[in-house]
Amino acid sequence: MSNKKQFNRRDFLKVSGGTVGAAAAGFTFYTPSASAAKGRVVVVGGGMGGATAARYIKKADPAIDVTLVEANATYHTCFMSNFVITGHRELDYLAHGYAGLAAEGINIVNDTVIGIDDNAVKTRGGQTLPFDRCVVSPGVSFKFAEGHNEDVANTSITHAWKAGKQTQLLRNQLEAMKDGGTVVIGAPRNPFRCPPGPYERTSLIAGYLKKHKPKSKIIVLDPKDKFSKFGLFMEGWKTHYGYGTDDSLITWVKAAEGGAIEEVDAASMTVSAEIEEFQGDVINIIPDQKAGALAFSAGLVDDSGWAPVDLKSFESTIRPNIHVIGDASQAKGMPKSGYAASSEAKVCADAVVSAINGTAQGVPAYVNTCYSVISFEPKDGISVAAIYKLREDGSKIQKMSGGLTPSGDKRNAANRAREVDYALSWYENISSNTFAD
Amino acid sequence: MQLKTFAISALAATLVAGCATQQPAEEKAAAPAKAAAKAPAKPKPKPKVISGASGTMLASTCEGCHGTDGNSNGPATPTIAGMSEDYLIEAMEEFRDGDTKSTIMGRIAKGYTDGEIEAMSAYYAEVSYVGAAQSSDAATVAKGEKLHSKYCEKCHHDGGSDASDDSGILAGQWTPYLHYTLQDFASGDRAISRKMKKKMDQLVAAEGQAGLDAIITYYGSQN
Repeated sequence: MSNKKQFNRRDFLKVSGGTVGAAAAGFTFYTPSASAAKGRVVVVGGGMGGATAARYIKKADPAIDVTLVEANATYHTCFMSNFVITGHRELDYLAHGYAGLAAEGINIVNDTVIGIDDNAVKTRGGQTLPFDRCVVSPGVSFKFAEGHNEDVANTSITHAWKAGKQTQLLRNQLEAMKDGGTVVIGAPRNPFRCPPGPYERTSLIAGYLKKHKPKSKIIVLDPKDKFSKFGLFMEGWKTHYGYGTDDSLITWVKAAEGGAIEEVDAASMTVSAEIEEFQGDVINIIPDQKAGALAFSAGLVDDSGWAPVDLKSFESTIRPNIHVIGDASQAKGMPKSGYAASSEAKVCADAVVSAINGTAQGVPAYVNTCYSVISFEPKDGISVAAIYKLREDGSKIQKMSGGLTPSGDKRNAANRAREVDYALSWYENISSNTFAD
Repeated sequence: MQLKTFAISALAATLVAGCATQQPAEEKAAAPAKAAAKAPAKPKPKPKVISGASGTMLASTCEGCHGTDGNSNGPATPTIAGMSEDYLIEAMEEFRDGDTKSTIMGRIAKGYTDGEIEAMSAYYAEVSYVGAAQSSDAATVAKGEKLHSKYCEKCHHDGGSDASDDSGILAGQWTPYLHYTLQDFASGDRAISRKMKKKMDQLVAAEGQAGLDAIITYYGSQN
């Protein structure tokens, strides 16, 4: 290979590191270029969907002026945050900034969006960012149970379903809990961000308790009778955590057994479910969900609480020239996962670049891959994958192949260990693919 | 590399996958048998889907796991950039047909037509390969280099850095990935040519596992 290492991306970042820092430090003072660019795109929301869309639009057509507006200087990925809760990683592991995207020529605006007009985004800081196309990736917001709200979540009964301070708080609470304590986890109704997430969280907390506080218990209150990767989690809980025996670390109270939560009382650390009350030493309630607040204020949602979109372009079916991707959108057929958001962003980027260039969008291709770790000791990882194509009538993103890690007779312990390694590698790649870091 | 890659992207965008008709796998293929027993299976008309995505579009969906432009940052996952087109096509076909056992790739590869596999392979064959930066012990590297020359160089040219030999680029690959791959060759989970089997057997007979480890360390150091 004669041309090996002619140009190394890591060298590139190293060389331009000084500029990167300067750009990052000054990024709130961005002034939109007047006329040089071919077209302007403003991306609102710097999570998996938004950051990926910004990057792939710029990558496909550097002549397009791309601005990414994000309120926080640092993003913590929600996926892998369960590893932080159980001490397998530190919070910093989840943290990503925007210097890498700035170095690729994307304008980073560190500000809060207060409104989206038909051709400009308005920020709290007083900026007006004009666009030909806008991409909105606002994530989810919560439908809290009675007695639960963001203030309570920040101080006692966490949701920790957006990674950051609450992730660390839940970690600290678990560490502080006495051996013999009870952890109560509340799972949400469908649809919600990261369908296997509550059950990976349950698994890993069980692993933590098994090792450090073996007299403790977990009670999962669930308004559903089944969930993502159901058979694999059930098998994993039996294999590692005694599920189904008198000594089980995990008790799962499903909908049919009164698992739906009605009220939360932080003062007495009590959760009232349909049939019984449960007291917890540590309580983590993942609320029901709807599209992120911005999707509502921008008039992008319908009665379902999520944003309807054209499944080929992800353009809103309510407001033209505004695209909605990620968890907030109704990407019919795809789950609300980080990888799905990334995949939707790439399809959407193609649509946006084509629209600005006046060309026809190509045929879309969509993928989801999603790993869950049931146990670190021993390593037991599982995955679900899917390849999708758009239905001819545009009604659904149709799964073509994929499926789950084998279980039962086909369970392969060596492959389960590998899947943990693949999950960790997946993290390195999906996060650097998104944030260019 | 950035500019070069853009140019390549534009070129690869014109390599459009063949528009073979394809039907999705039965939606609930894995549904429990008892559900099927309950009601007599009604033949549901399979929905028609749109095929023919470009190599660029298809390749973009791989990057979440295999890294941007196919250059992996994750040590268990291989870099797929810059491999020969034939190597990439064969690798995908072997995953799809089950000749290479896998955790997740088989499930994924089954979703693609021959034309789509060719299009994404053509794309990645044109992207620059970037070796991973890994630390290594100099003495082990030297031993590995010798063993490579003796047992591997005939097929894996230039220290395993030449894509045109259709053997995959080994120089600068992540060592955890190389370990897994050699395990799979040894166990038969990945199809192995008679020639390679013979060479590997000879190497292991003479040098043991330490010999394989040294060769892996050598490849890993060659970024």
